Amino acid sequence: MPRQVVIVGASAAGLSTAEALRRRGYDGGLTLIGDEPHLPYDRPPLSKQILAGTWQPDKLVLRGDEALSELGAELLFGRAATGLDRAGQQVLLAGGDAVAYDALVIATGVSPRRLPGADLDGVHLLRTVDDALALRANLLAGPKVVVVGAGFLGAEVAAVARTMGLDVTLVDPLPVPMHRQFGPRIGGLIAELHREHGVALRLTAGVSRFVDAGGQVTAIELADGSLIDADLVLVAVGASPATGWLDGSGLALGDGVECNSRCEAAPGIYAAGDVASWHNPHFDARMRLEHRMNATEQGIAVAGNLLGDDLPFASVPYFWTDQYDVKIQAYGIFPPGAELQIISGDLDDRRFVAAYGQHGTVTGVLGWNSPREARTLRQLVVDRAAMTDLTTPSPVTAAAAR
Amino acid sequence: MKVTIDTDRCIAAGQCVLAAPDVFDQRDEDGLVVLLNPNPSADLAVEVKQAATLCPALAITVED
Repeated sequence: MPRQVVIVGASAAGLSTAEALRRRGYDGGLTLIGDEPHLPYDRPPLSKQILAGTWQPDKLVLRGDEALSELGAELLFGRAATGLDRAGQQVLLAGGDAVAYDALVIATGVSPRRLPGADLDGVHLLRTVDDALALRANLLAGPKVVVVGAGFLGAEVAAVARTMGLDVTLVDPLPVPMHRQFGPRIGGLIAELHREHGVALRLTAGVSRFVDAGGQVTAIELADGSLIDADLVLVAVGASPATGWLDGSGLALGDGVECNSRCEAAPGIYAAGDVASWHNPHFDARMRLEHRMNATEQGIAVAGNLLGDDLPFASVPYFWTDQYDVKIQAYGIFPPGAELQIISGDLDDRRFVAAYGQHGTVTGVLGWNSPREARTLRQLVVDRAAMTDLTTPSPVTAAAAR
Repeated sequence: MKVTIDTDRCIAAGQCVLAAPDVFDQRDEDGLVVLLNPNPSADLAVEVKQAATLCPALAITVED
């Protein structure tokens, strides 16, 4: 049992680990290090309610001063970890300090990927609350908006900007939005959704450069040479695990901190949240997830293993996206090339549940404006149901499911 | 034990129903949380606290 646990990363995963340790009765030393100066806060609303202005940032706070004080932890916020000295068992901080540990949790999350030439005025990234507030302030000026990247973040921001009445173009190299997350068929429905709301889609389109006037972006040029006017560009082309501070530590850093099924990277060193790559035995697959609920669940699992549980983290992932009046709920994993079958409702009604299968087994269930049905059908993922056992809903069944 | 929910935060994940089906349900039309029992008995404490912890939208508050 460790006596001095240091958690690097004070967002959802780090906080979840710390709280789970205390709930389990761990009464040793605990240090929580975070590079942002803010109290730990929630990120999913940044691209939704915060951007739309329906929530103020104080609603994002995960735990207030009182709850943090009850945690009985040393809180080092606004302090970035710059290195890991494994031989000396200490985390090095910007400014020269070092924090000693006998067990370490890495929960440093991800950093948004940048594009070359994207340091112009009017070009934004979105990861932090400060990013979201800067983006909102710029949106309020009524710009022509180009969103580069049609994953979760890009598609959600395009929906918010369009709902604000702005002229929005969504650009992506793949043939439909959210292709990587949900494949061609559901991605096609998301494309339709954005078109119906008046978003201009430029798909199978790469960005070749940013055009500016005096340092302010004025357009982006696509690979085919066409120009799209822009006063504001959001670059939403994915994120990279924040592992730069671990270079030279000897830990395996592939796509994230590579861990075993126990979320353990090396003896006494664990990872949780967006930064962690681990082997999930439920799917017999290595994965790294940038999902809000994974941060909580993986933090709990890591806390248990720190205290000797020795249990694999065999989660059924959950994530969601809200765009316009559409709520998508997703349970499980959605591998490229998965087969897809509608198992409740009807595509044409825009209210349905789809099962995704790989090698004949259900790996994921997606609900489109059908949260209750999707949550019920999640059991198919838990049970590793055979795709051949699924039935297409008859009209009667589909009506009953509504 | 007193449970309160904030439907303005709820994102219809359904994790509360999976954790504590005797206390939470979801509305048919939009999946938002329905609190079946705002004062669950102590034998449900573990399930209810699990629901509050897992809720990805922080929509559930539990007071002892």
